[in-house]
Amino acid sequence: MVVKAQLYCYILRCQNYRGGHQIVLCPVERCFSFYIFIYFPHLIFSQTITGHAYPEFVKIVEVGPRDGLQNEKEIVPTGVKIQLIDMLSGTGLSVIEVTSFVSSKWVPQMADHTDVLRGIQKASNVQYPVLTPNLQGFQDAVAAGATEVAVFGSASETFSKKNINCSVDESMLRFEEVINAAKKRQIPVRGYVSCALGCPHEGHIEPSKVAEVAKRLYEMGCYEISLGDTIGIGTPGSMLKMLQRVMKDVPINALAVHCHDTYGQALPNILTALQMGVSVVDSAVAGLGGCPYAQGSSGNVSTEDVLYMLHGMGIETGVNIAKVIEAGSFICSALSRKTNSKVAQARSTACCDESL
Amino acid sequence: MGNVPTTVKHCLSYEQLIEDYPWLRRWLQEDKEIVPTGVKIQLIDMLSGTGLSVIEVTSFVSSKWVPQMADHTDVLRGIQKASNVQYPVLTPNLQGFQDAVAAGATEVAVFGSASETFSKKNINCSVDESMLRFEEVINAAKKRQIPVRGYVSCALGCPHEGHIEPSKVAEVAKRLYEMGCYEISLGDTIGIGTPGSMLKMLQRVMKDVPINALAVHCHDTYGQALPNILTALQMGVSVVDSAVAGLGGCPYAQGSSGNVSTEDVLYMLHGMGIETGVNIAKVIEAGSFICSALSRKTNSKVAQARSTACCDESL
Repeated sequence: MVVKAQLYCYILRCQNYRGGHQIVLCPVERCFSFYIFIYFPHLIFSQTITGHAYPEFVKIVEVGPRDGLQNEKEIVPTGVKIQLIDMLSGTGLSVIEVTSFVSSKWVPQMADHTDVLRGIQKASNVQYPVLTPNLQGFQDAVAAGATEVAVFGSASETFSKKNINCSVDESMLRFEEVINAAKKRQIPVRGYVSCALGCPHEGHIEPSKVAEVAKRLYEMGCYEISLGDTIGIGTPGSMLKMLQRVMKDVPINALAVHCHDTYGQALPNILTALQMGVSVVDSAVAGLGGCPYAQGSSGNVSTEDVLYMLHGMGIETGVNIAKVIEAGSFICSALSRKTNSKVAQARSTACCDESL
Repeated sequence: MGNVPTTVKHCLSYEQLIEDYPWLRRWLQEDKEIVPTGVKIQLIDMLSGTGLSVIEVTSFVSSKWVPQMADHTDVLRGIQKASNVQYPVLTPNLQGFQDAVAAGATEVAVFGSASETFSKKNINCSVDESMLRFEEVINAAKKRQIPVRGYVSCALGCPHEGHIEPSKVAEVAKRLYEMGCYEISLGDTIGIGTPGSMLKMLQRVMKDVPINALAVHCHDTYGQALPNILTALQMGVSVVDSAVAGLGGCPYAQGSSGNVSTEDVLYMLHGMGIETGVNIAKVIEAGSFICSALSRKTNSKVAQARSTACCDESL
């Protein structure tokens, strides 16, 4: 990293201390992001300490009912799913991904997709996207009242074949059909790129591959591309490199991050993405959904923990964290499981001043 | 934001929580076993082989108050001290310092607070009174050329007072530094901090204490430890406290986590290309040992994932 920083950022290595080297940014010492220099090298010689450029508002895309419940061991009764979604609709969230129109043969947890979509009480200021892996799924979704859909690509060939039984190129053809059909109905389409920071089968994924898939989805017509750290192995280092590359091909305001917390890295990765200018974050209430590649480990980052961080930084989300905690408590009780949210856990047992 | 250092010194704190929290002390006395001395020694010896350069091993407090630390002398004498590792011990007062020196301590630590109420409830004296005690310790340590590390608890909030002004944190940090502490560890005692409050606090403290004398001691009670540490690194801090397996809960939120786990911190730092000199696999091994001895699950997500992952371990 020191060498790369010197190449990219023209930074002089400073003196040793405690046996290590510290990069000192000249002339602004320690209060300036070196990441900024990658894009604005002239700032190296700036006399101004500017601090962070965090977004003022972050949109949370709640994926608990779909991504979360899809990865839970138990199949959740339809009524419970509907109740969860209705609770989430009252929290201020503006996007709640509710179900997936896939074959129940492959994903039995989502077999009740039509009943869920028809059963929820749709709030006027909330979008309820659904996954539609192919044209058939899209048509079923529209028949059930869907007004926004999502398609799920992969930056890894192996993951694509094992997960949806086709190559990345073949999947793009399927998605193109969906997107074209959606355009005719003026239905917005969100695109996902999984394995953006690593693949359980291939290991390292080149940022250029992530960019290639993201660009294809964007140019086909997806309004937003969510870059997913599917197995949670990313760190701020790999998040930075991946975003730097993808941002060359897709505008930053069309990008979102979908970080898994399997290795505890979700929040620092999200923080890094925010520092890069990303302002859309996917998360799941109560951190629903484990990691199918590390049994017993966590998967989705919890919405409560993300909100706590964002609000603590003065970033607005429009979401009421207490209500999300309530919804999380409901679904955990229904699933007879403990929340994965540390905020929810602490709030339920804290004996210190709750006004904090 | 700021530059991210290329190396981070890792300071492991293991048993100081029990020293800090009377609530935890009572909980442990009522419900939990006291960890056998032999187990503590074995843990520390395992940690000594991981590449860690600082391992805080025990606390020289009265066993009346903290029975968990009653074996402080046996622990300090029993461990196999690696030549490239420091083994600081907590010494809350002069008596504790003298006992520590007699037991072979070569580095000590004192534990102040940015909150008056926390100071009174925790160590039964005001912040000013505690500073007088610490001054005695520091002066005695100077005579023996024993380095002293200072801690400031409640740096991002207090369980009793709530919000703590960064200026108060700076005041206490500055006093400890000027008295002679070589390093000041700023502790988010109840884990309520976020990158927002971490930034503000560090900005203020850095006006009074040089950045290379600062460390952060983040608790993960609200899941904010790693983003807070990242923020601190970006401000120029390059010393991070953590605990193997995330040992130690939060006495103010029962069942919640306390210390951030060393394994998760290392994973983040190494993933960013920052050197620590620490072998994460060996830390995971030590964590596995102590969790097994304590019959508890690790708080480290990295350790948990590594133990069950079916994906490519070369990642």
